[in-house]
Amino acid sequence: MRELDVKEITAAVKEAAITANHELGEDMLQALARGLAMEESATGREVFRLLLENARIAKESRIPICQDCGLTVVFVDLGQEVHLVGGDLNEAIQEGVRQGYAEGYLRKSLCHPFTRQNTGDNTPAVIYTTIVPGDRVRLMVVPKGGGSENMSRVHMLRPAAGLAGVKEKVVETVREAGPNPCPPIIVGVGIGGTFEQAALLAKKALLREVGSTNPDPELAALEEDFLTAVNNTGIGPAGLGGRLTALAVHIKMMPCHIASLPVAVNIQCHASRHQEVIL
Amino acid sequence: MSRTITLTTPLTDEDVEALQIGDTVLVNGVIYTGRDAAHKRLVDLLTAGQPLPLELQGQIIFYVGPSPARPGRVIGAAGPTTSYRMDPYAPQLLALGLKGMIGKGKRSPEVIAALQKYKAVYLGAIGGAGALISQAIKAAEIVAYEDLGPEAIRRLVVENLPTIVINDCRGNDLYEQGRQQYAR
Repeated sequence: MRELDVKEITAAVKEAAITANHELGEDMLQALARGLAMEESATGREVFRLLLENARIAKESRIPICQDCGLTVVFVDLGQEVHLVGGDLNEAIQEGVRQGYAEGYLRKSLCHPFTRQNTGDNTPAVIYTTIVPGDRVRLMVVPKGGGSENMSRVHMLRPAAGLAGVKEKVVETVREAGPNPCPPIIVGVGIGGTFEQAALLAKKALLREVGSTNPDPELAALEEDFLTAVNNTGIGPAGLGGRLTALAVHIKMMPCHIASLPVAVNIQCHASRHQEVIL
Repeated sequence: MSRTITLTTPLTDEDVEALQIGDTVLVNGVIYTGRDAAHKRLVDLLTAGQPLPLELQGQIIFYVGPSPARPGRVIGAAGPTTSYRMDPYAPQLLALGLKGMIGKGKRSPEVIAALQKYKAVYLGAIGGAGALISQAIKAAEIVAYEDLGPEAIRRLVVENLPTIVINDCRGNDLYEQGRQQYAR
């Protein structure tokens, strides 16, 4: 058994939250640069240019990429040969968020659903823990913005709807979102499982590197087809009209109940922030 | 080619009438921040017949909840939040003489009608460009509702804050026009 003090988890979450909010990933920077080269609309190209400029200023001047520093979602892959010591795993993660959002001058964006009283420290984070083989702990810290999350949807389709029905729901979700979720977006699609599993698959799909090919050739083909359909909406960068409404569609799929066809669409704005740490 | 217009608050009817969708507007002068919770409080005051903590005549509200300023800085990241959440409140503020709103995303038919009725404009800033937009903000102070944290009403002094006219005072909608141009 490998021992790991949860203080290391707190420190890692803190640093990851700060880094994710200030440094856009290389995959997103490349996707924005490709967008600048590909977009037909002059206004759309100007949006891409400004987003690249925004990313540069954020990193160099230590200003968050976006004022919405997100609700912090943390995925934990906990190796089954790791023995955590020194405290409670969940509390260690919450403490990392608390410290990161205070020391990183990040916006605290969580509140009571009805009184709207801010919790003051961006906790509680939403944490998903999976036990995996090995003696490592992998943390994926994902600050998720509210604007794009608000435009996300789960649909429980009839099996008769089939692939065409799934595609229609994906395009409909993007079309109805329009300019609201800060396009160019990444579209995470979860197909199958249960009501909540579909949504979780959609969120996990967003974590894949933008520009990468789905390892499943069937899903890779679907992603290309859905991307074309989504971009034919014409919504464009910042919703001002253009060819590129989405930079990528990512799909995760698993079997579902014989009565069901769940599909979840999780929309991610262009400030697609996530930071991985392996301890 | 779209036009670039420089405006300084407070805005007049003539300033607003001169604007067309697609115009780039560089905003200068004093503007106020406000988002969900602050709007609710303002409208609750109006409903109760109480005075507001700020004068809206000719003013612009920027829908933003900035991130905290680092020491020695004016403000943190400060890009627009999604405007539709303020739609239930906006017509009442426009009736009091509010001339402009800066945000991102679609407005309701009721807000678009109120822009025509009261001669006001909806300006879009680029969502998610909070670091870039913050460079145009030269001063910031809280004027109301400090307890709301990022949602407090702030008085900002801005220089050439870049925006684009999304809805003018004649019922036009840049989002709709732009989408139709590129839809297949």
